[in-house]
Amino acid sequence: MRDVYIVGIDMLRFGRFPGKTPGELGAEVALGAMDEAGVSIRDIQALYCGNQFDPVGMIAQDVQKQIGQTGIPSANIKNACATGATTLREAMFLIKAGAADITLAVGCEVMPRGLLGGGEPAAGISTEGLLGSGSMPCVFAEAGHAYARDYGTSFAQFAQVSVKNHWHSTMNPKAMYQKETPLEEVMQAEMIAYPNTKLMCSVNVDGAAAAVLMSEEEVRRRGLMGQAVKIRASALASDPYTPRNLAMWDINTATRMAADKAYEQAGLGPDDIDLVELHDCFATAELLHYENLRLCGVGEAGRMIDTGETRLGGRIPVNVSGGLLSKGHPIAATGIANMYEVVAHLRGTAGARQVEGARLGMTHVVGLGTVAAVHILEKSL
Amino acid sequence: MAIPKSVAPWLVVDAEGRAHVEARRCSVCAAILTAPSLACPSCGARGTLQPFMVTPTGRLHSYSIVHRSFPGVTVPFISVVVDMDDGTVLKGNLRGVAPTPDAICFDMPVRLVFDDAGRQDREGNRYVSYFFEAA
Repeated sequence: MRDVYIVGIDMLRFGRFPGKTPGELGAEVALGAMDEAGVSIRDIQALYCGNQFDPVGMIAQDVQKQIGQTGIPSANIKNACATGATTLREAMFLIKAGAADITLAVGCEVMPRGLLGGGEPAAGISTEGLLGSGSMPCVFAEAGHAYARDYGTSFAQFAQVSVKNHWHSTMNPKAMYQKETPLEEVMQAEMIAYPNTKLMCSVNVDGAAAAVLMSEEEVRRRGLMGQAVKIRASALASDPYTPRNLAMWDINTATRMAADKAYEQAGLGPDDIDLVELHDCFATAELLHYENLRLCGVGEAGRMIDTGETRLGGRIPVNVSGGLLSKGHPIAATGIANMYEVVAHLRGTAGARQVEGARLGMTHVVGLGTVAAVHILEKSL
Repeated sequence: MAIPKSVAPWLVVDAEGRAHVEARRCSVCAAILTAPSLACPSCGARGTLQPFMVTPTGRLHSYSIVHRSFPGVTVPFISVVVDMDDGTVLKGNLRGVAPTPDAICFDMPVRLVFDDAGRQDREGNRYVSYFFEAA
């Protein structure tokens, strides 16, 4: 199948947009991505739109009502925290299949407030606090502790992830927060679900991100190869049965399967990757994914954070955008926003946080249920 | 007095109100399951899931101490994932143990106990739940 490129990409600075609808947020970044690609809504042949929480969910059509109703095929996609990445992947496949040359992928979210992962059941009683906790901070604390059980990872090592990502975000004007948080501040912040303190939980914010995709022929015809970024690999995996996945969400197996498929598609290995934007929804999760994405060997994630290998300037910088922990995590926008970050580095426009000489970047998201998406993006020659 | 209801499909309450945890094992691939399914989620075989009573002892696989939860839920409490001795995996609350990291260790032996859930639904029905205690 033919190669597909990201030619225009945009994201809002994540934050809170009271009174705005997901469609309004999505329309804003759709225009930004189209402007960067030098196309109008009349050039877009299909639109895929990702959103998790809107009760009606016809956001692709809402976006078109804002920016132009041209009658094109469109579809709405919901895939938990992998929604944005899945949306872009669908827009990519239409081009790969030869059914379009230019498509638009939008991920937009107006988030519910407070803790995610619980609430009152339709019938019976809530089991929250009875059969453990289904809150996201607890679920990811348990995932982190399963790793700590095997490899002795400490509270301080998990907390160092937040120190690193908050430092990175001070260099990213699109991050919700741009404030350094020393280790003591992270560890002494309000405890939510041990070992995750408030500063070790991703930021609940609204946001949107969008990308214009083109076939290689279309990129060349329009003379846009200088700004185009190739989608070198795109992999999606659901969790297979494991003995524990009825009692705890398995965020590891699906991530490993997607990562291995992506490396195989690209014909590359972990040593070829220059930067990674991975799913640090909680500080406990980031360390697990070092190993899941094959960035380190078995049990070496603690060492990776101790030695600074994943800091800007380290061997393999991870979440130089500030990550979900500081940039923010508007569910359906996150997957495309990760790609916005990697595209900036591959184009050399990431400013103070630029990973020098970056040619290949990886993005990863994992949505509970469970689904994981991994993409490898490559700088054009 | 009415028999209390169960908090989960895998917690069985008999006509006398006695409770036990029941899991199912696939006779083809030996996968162990708690939640209901139409076929074996591990191998896809149909009609092969045989119910069995879960051994009430196990070891703590992972945990979190929950300090912030949803409105109306008493905190702090200890949420645990337990590997039961027969291979079943269950999630629940660990009670009778101080909610501090020093009091909890990986692989500590625990046992299942059954008790009133302490909550009622909108119709006023009582529920029985399972809990873990240090063994």
